[in-house]
Amino acid sequence: MRRFALIAVPYIWLLALFLVPFLIVFKISLSDTALAIPPYTPTLKDGFGALIQGLDFENFKFLTSDDLYYKAYLSSLKIALFSTILTLLVGYPMAYGMARAPQEWRATLMMLVILPFWTSFLIRVYAWIGILSNEGLLNQFLLSIGLISEPLTILNTNTAVYIGIVYTYLPFMILPIYAQLERMDDSLIEAAEDLGCSRLSAFWLVTVPLSKNGIIAGCFLVFIPALGEFVIPSLLGGSGTLMIGKVLFEEFFNNRDWPVASAVAVILLLILIVPIVLFQRNQQKQAEAEA
Amino acid sequence: MKRLSIFNVTSLTLGFTFLYLPMVLLVIYSFNESKLVTVWAGFSTKWYGELLRDEAFLSAAWITLEVAIISSTFATILGTMAAYVLVNSGRFFGRTLFSGMIYAPLVMPEVITGLSLLLLFIGIGLDRGVLTIVLAHTTFSMCFVSVVVSSRLVSFDRSLEEAALDLGCNRFDAFRLVTLPIIAPAVISGWLLAFTLSLDDLVIASFVSGPSSTTLPIKIWSAVRLGVSPEINALSTLMIGIVTVGVISASLVSKRNSVRAQRDAQAAERGA
Repeated sequence: MRRFALIAVPYIWLLALFLVPFLIVFKISLSDTALAIPPYTPTLKDGFGALIQGLDFENFKFLTSDDLYYKAYLSSLKIALFSTILTLLVGYPMAYGMARAPQEWRATLMMLVILPFWTSFLIRVYAWIGILSNEGLLNQFLLSIGLISEPLTILNTNTAVYIGIVYTYLPFMILPIYAQLERMDDSLIEAAEDLGCSRLSAFWLVTVPLSKNGIIAGCFLVFIPALGEFVIPSLLGGSGTLMIGKVLFEEFFNNRDWPVASAVAVILLLILIVPIVLFQRNQQKQAEAEA
Repeated sequence: MKRLSIFNVTSLTLGFTFLYLPMVLLVIYSFNESKLVTVWAGFSTKWYGELLRDEAFLSAAWITLEVAIISSTFATILGTMAAYVLVNSGRFFGRTLFSGMIYAPLVMPEVITGLSLLLLFIGIGLDRGVLTIVLAHTTFSMCFVSVVVSSRLVSFDRSLEEAALDLGCNRFDAFRLVTLPIIAPAVISGWLLAFTLSLDDLVIASFVSGPSSTTLPIKIWSAVRLGVSPEINALSTLMIGIVTVGVISASLVSKRNSVRAQRDAQAAERGA
């Protein structure tokens, strides 16, 4: 009986506040916009039969008819993919350096990586506005050393969005890779070198494969949230930055078109299901390997 | 013997500069006299004074704190239960769905979570306000708590709990007297994580908050949309300061505890 209650309480909570809301989103994505409160029809008040009959795929057809949505999905995928690669390129050398640092420094380095994670996300994105704007600190610095003669436009472009994503998600990339590299046995590298590998090929053939799980976990942890990112493209990106999270937000709040916003959410979710399932598989495999 | 190569040192230096420079600049410019945030006009703390006189910010900060404390406490209780179920309950009906619902919110885009919760609250006719934000925050942070706690529970030696049961404890007492003290560090860091997630959340709160329940991130957001302002720099500095002190003292405490535990273990070995 107690065991039942222990399972039931968190289970019912998640069903009610996680699963049911998704079903509602799905249902509304099949409804029509209406000038009513709430602004869509049909609702349950009209009876269950009318509810089922009133549903159709019109909003999804609308999404395919307007270029904006399809471009926004593609450009979100592109931005998320490139920024994941960039984060990996910045994060891996850092995780590698941390794992090779003397034992007594590691806790401090680890804390330095975690500290930004505890600091407000919004503030960390905001910090870049003052740096990247036309009169910003980066342009002031580059002008003063004479590297450029007129200010670079970085803020409100996709470049700023890439910088923002790499910056805010870097800890998510470093930590899982570091966790793998840290417990790697150094004698493996020595063995590879004794057997005639160069340092570089020992790195490629031994270190990278051993940290594979960390790389996969880190990439998913950056890619998945970056795909639906809203704050970074809104603050750092410009009018030309199309990302689906931003489109959804605007569709809902500015256009007040709830059914279309829901349809946008449903498709985003469908795109995300594949990486999310792959990520969970990877985590489970790792957990089983460690147990 | 591991040695740091030049490459390692360079990548660490550049990497940490990248991570910290923006925040350091933010802190420096919060003490700037000028209203123009990118022009340095001398040292001043006047923006802090202005911030502390701003009623709207203070009330938003108060609501945020209230939401964060309540939701992280609920999230810790529910998340610990969920972790216990995941690790100890073996197979039960719908286990895959359960673990899916625990892991999915960790990576779910906030716009989707926010939208779906709002539609639920409107569907059941719940007025948007502090309560709806608490419900939303509890739901996504309990998943983070349960991941943190279950990683600790996995390494927990269950025979200790079984010993307590054999010695006459009931299940609840065994949990309270044996399991809980051992997993306490994970439960505390789970609470802290839930607390910061709630403090930090903008997107979900924008969906589920009402006009009378503006949280600090929503307030910051609407100010930031208009550009950089020295008042926001001052506020950011205060928040960065609090987090830094908190994280450093927490890590010092846990370090002292682990040193003490090591010493005790050594003493026990010598005694035996």
